[in-house]
Amino acid sequence: MTLDELLAIARQLEQDGLADIERATDADGLEAARAALLGRKSGRLNDVMKALPALAPDDRRAAGAEVNRVKGALESALETRKGALAPRAAGPRIDPTMPARRQWRGSRHPVTLVIDEIVEIFRELGFTIAVGPEAEHEWYNFGALNFPPNHPAMDAHDTLYLGEGSLLRTHTSPVQVRALQRHPPPVRILVPGNVYRRDFFDPSHAPMFAQLEGLAVDDNITFADLKATLTRFATRFFGAAKTRFRPSYFPFTEPSAELDISCQVCGGSGCGVCKQTGWVEILGCGMVHPRVLENAGVDPERYSGWAFGMGPGRVAVNRYRLPNIKLLYDSDVRFLEQFDR
Amino acid sequence: MNVSHDWLRALVAHDLSPARLRDLLTSRVVTVDELVPLRADLAPIVVARVVEAARHPDSDHLWITRVDAGGGELLDVVCGAPNVQAGKLYPFAPVGTVMPEGLKIERRKIRGQVSNGMLCSVRELKLGESHEGIMELDLEAAPGTPFLDAVPVGDVRLVLDVGANRPDLLSHLGVARELAAALGKPLVLPPIPGAPASIPHIERRTSGGHAGPAEVTVESEARTTRYMGAVIRGVKVGPSPEWLVQRLTAVGSRSINNVVDATNYVLHELGQPVHAFDFAKLAGSRVVVRNARRGEALVTLDGVSRTLDERIVVIADAERAQAVAGVMGGRDSEVGDATNDLFIEVATFEPARTRAARRALGLTTDASYRFERGVDPELPPVALTRVIQLVQSLAGGQVDGLPLDLYAAPRAHATVGVRADRVRRILGERIGADAIARLLRGVGFRIQTSPGTEMLSGQEELGVVVPSWRGDVTSEIDLVEEVARLHGYDAIPTEIAPFRPSTVPDAPEWRQADRLRDELVALGLHETRALPFVSGAETGYVRVQNPLAETESYLRREILETLARRAEHNLAHMQGDVRIFEIGAVFAPGERSLPKEKLRVGALVMGARRPPHFSEPRPPLYDEWDAKALGERIAAVAEPGGEVDLVPSSAKESLWTIMVDAKPRGTVKRLVIDAPVWAGPAFGVEFTLGSVASEHVAQPGAHDWSPVELPKARHSEYRDLPTQPAAIFDLALLVPEDLAAERVESALRRAAGELLESVSLFDEYRGKGVEPGFRSLAWRLTLRHPERTLRDKEVEGRRDKILRTLANELGIRTRTA
Repeated sequence: MTLDELLAIARQLEQDGLADIERATDADGLEAARAALLGRKSGRLNDVMKALPALAPDDRRAAGAEVNRVKGALESALETRKGALAPRAAGPRIDPTMPARRQWRGSRHPVTLVIDEIVEIFRELGFTIAVGPEAEHEWYNFGALNFPPNHPAMDAHDTLYLGEGSLLRTHTSPVQVRALQRHPPPVRILVPGNVYRRDFFDPSHAPMFAQLEGLAVDDNITFADLKATLTRFATRFFGAAKTRFRPSYFPFTEPSAELDISCQVCGGSGCGVCKQTGWVEILGCGMVHPRVLENAGVDPERYSGWAFGMGPGRVAVNRYRLPNIKLLYDSDVRFLEQFDR
Repeated sequence: MNVSHDWLRALVAHDLSPARLRDLLTSRVVTVDELVPLRADLAPIVVARVVEAARHPDSDHLWITRVDAGGGELLDVVCGAPNVQAGKLYPFAPVGTVMPEGLKIERRKIRGQVSNGMLCSVRELKLGESHEGIMELDLEAAPGTPFLDAVPVGDVRLVLDVGANRPDLLSHLGVARELAAALGKPLVLPPIPGAPASIPHIERRTSGGHAGPAEVTVESEARTTRYMGAVIRGVKVGPSPEWLVQRLTAVGSRSINNVVDATNYVLHELGQPVHAFDFAKLAGSRVVVRNARRGEALVTLDGVSRTLDERIVVIADAERAQAVAGVMGGRDSEVGDATNDLFIEVATFEPARTRAARRALGLTTDASYRFERGVDPELPPVALTRVIQLVQSLAGGQVDGLPLDLYAAPRAHATVGVRADRVRRILGERIGADAIARLLRGVGFRIQTSPGTEMLSGQEELGVVVPSWRGDVTSEIDLVEEVARLHGYDAIPTEIAPFRPSTVPDAPEWRQADRLRDELVALGLHETRALPFVSGAETGYVRVQNPLAETESYLRREILETLARRAEHNLAHMQGDVRIFEIGAVFAPGERSLPKEKLRVGALVMGARRPPHFSEPRPPLYDEWDAKALGERIAAVAEPGGEVDLVPSSAKESLWTIMVDAKPRGTVKRLVIDAPVWAGPAFGVEFTLGSVASEHVAQPGAHDWSPVELPKARHSEYRDLPTQPAAIFDLALLVPEDLAAERVESALRRAAGELLESVSLFDEYRGKGVEPGFRSLAWRLTLRHPERTLRDKEVEGRRDKILRTLANELGIRTRTA
């Protein structure tokens, strides 16, 4: 018997079987149907199974899966029919196959789900949550973070200004300075929040997006600690097989780095998603620049720290394979209700 | 920024494949975003073996071959080449290939024999002119191997993501410098064939002088760091040779003519922008570097007429502007076929001035990109020599007189100290002073103090002299980064340090928001995160000064403004069951300060109250009472233990004001939205969680580490469970329409006295048996004594007292059936 023949027989058996089960009008009839279909000795399914060993190994696996599926379908039909035929002890007769009376189910936003998951991992490493204003002073957003005035480093931060020296923050990093000014080391914080850039919507950009910042400052914080903590996070969060740190530039960290994980689509061999590099960037990080510590009133000779920042929205786009980042903003109920877990 | 693999190899001889080179640069110098094979058109070509070759029966020059192209079956291919030979490898274009010249290979019959593809000649692949038969491949490769993998043809472009701190990497020279250090190989600028061995001595002056026949003046307001120039006479402008065209193509630049290409070559090779003027067009043979005059006009090389102002530095002749300094030349003095004499400009313009001009004109060029980031002030002499050599080699001509070098204030090389102990404390790895010195020397730093010298502080410290091209290195931490990078991020250990608990308590608003999310999700609402931009109005709203869209140029004052628009979006998609919420910021104008920012929760419900079920095919729609409950829940969850009260509101569209501990915190509203007729009414709740502190925590450079006060948690209070039976009775009362139920209820509570345990309004009725102007309201009262069973008479007495009080105080009667 070939694989195709066997599959055809199995499907025919399923069709016939379901009809037989439906036709049974009492427990005896149902038992007879069961024996004819699934009986150990003379059941029709048994005959099909006997033909399995004769197939090639690959075919056998496919056929086995199909036979199991048919078996499951028949068993569940038998159970349902049995329930329907059973005499009721008391109370009104109900059809138990009818749907439950459900309540509306809400959902957390997919970006919140991503943030929650990241927060959970860093909680285990002693991090707490800090927040700050979205309408921010220019000093906290740029000056305190060592952005040279009138410098090309600002080009990546196309800013929405509000007048009177205020702006919509372009990153969550101002909260680093706010937290360090208010709390003495050891400081270990995560900062989730919305940030703004003067970017028009395109499939991967939005004028406002969520950012998640991490900061650790104490008298023993080193690049080695940064590498270890973020590698651990990446492995936990992405299940990444491999990570790498490569040199980068941010005005508020030095040394600066970007953390890549091996591409989860191609496994590192190179594909369109990773632009043939085998790596996908997940976050920017680095040792807090001594001038940032100074600006926050922290002695950089005594304390050191690291910081990182990442985009939970970007993660959500990749994780849920969203064709357009705008889905995260449109608030279409048909989209949101898909995340009701 | 683009560099070419071949071009780099001309500066540093190495044998790394493009992919290996990419990995090396990415790990220690600069991220390579992409490798672009410049002969991507050859991607479909594969290596194939001719297995059999036989004469075509109907032709004396054609062959019928059987070809193994790795596809598992032998293909019949007709070939006209005299050199085809069984057993040899050739490049093969399978059916479907589009050849470099545009020809599409199809399955077709040639003299009655089917041909499935084409064996290719050198010319057909655009790899040369040779058409002497097909290209024989003398190599080991399995049939089917992509041709590009087997044969190193065509250059590869590396796309670099150069950070704003490393302008020195914006050239082949800069990248080669790092590469040479990484590989331990020498870096050499390849000599220019046919160029004179030397050029005349260059004269250095401060603010003005002559470059041969040209009189050059740099006005101080132009703040130009260095300005060099030379006049070359008698050039012959024409097309560039193929090698030069290829170099420029490899980095994405277009060939113009031999002179312009020479300047662009130097820009990409050294990172020094160079501009060539047609010297005959410079009025008065003068070159003046000055600020533009307000309203001064210039047609730039791109043909655009631009109006300039004082922010912009120009290169002018005796009469008018001829170029925007550091950005783009002018059309009038452009070098073209008719040009005989050149004025060559090699200068370094100030980054901030270039940036201002670039932004004012909205014009970014290869030159402005580099000047904005900073060009090595010691590069111009090298670049001028190089460009003169190139021009003379490509277009002939002679330098007229002495070139000029205006360099008023030569910059000294900075010396920066780095302590080995500091490196250890930042990186978490001990790297000795000797190793630090070796790493830094490799990329051009000089070490002043010999390693191991004990400094006063008792620490090993190196005095490091920064090379002219590394203006970004100004402090110790910059050198620590250099050491980390050159040592290799991979080589630094990966080790979590033991940590102490954070002194920062969880932000209370975060916890509060999290509780609310849980509650609202449980109530069936979906969380949204929409943009906070609204159409707004001039007063009462915070305006974005440079909005993305004029129609949405204000920040929202209420979350419900956003939610209402989002509900409309859903209705437009025929989705009438909308239950959404957001926890986010709202903004109000501040007084000469930051906007006042508040954290709020907003919730909107409309449509069916429950999902349809066979027991209830058309569930009721959300109404005011659902909205009131939602308001109560939000307040209770946001402020656990707080006294929540919803008081009727007289404000427009508002139903209730949500009070917590007697302070107004939110509203419940009937929403006015743009809805189709089939949609149910929409209701909203807006609740303030708190103000977002945005004032300065402390002065810049200072801190305020005073103790942090946290809000105390409020708990529920326990009441003893009742031990005595309750007495329960109902009162149905005729209440005038204009009398609030709450007034009746409070009178009723007072009259019932201390035995009243609970009271609830359970029915409202109008119609038969109730006269107009009245409604029947029914309350259920539960009375209980803590220590004994109430006697019927006592209960009866209370009931009478309540009814009397209601009749006397409010004129209310019981409803008699």
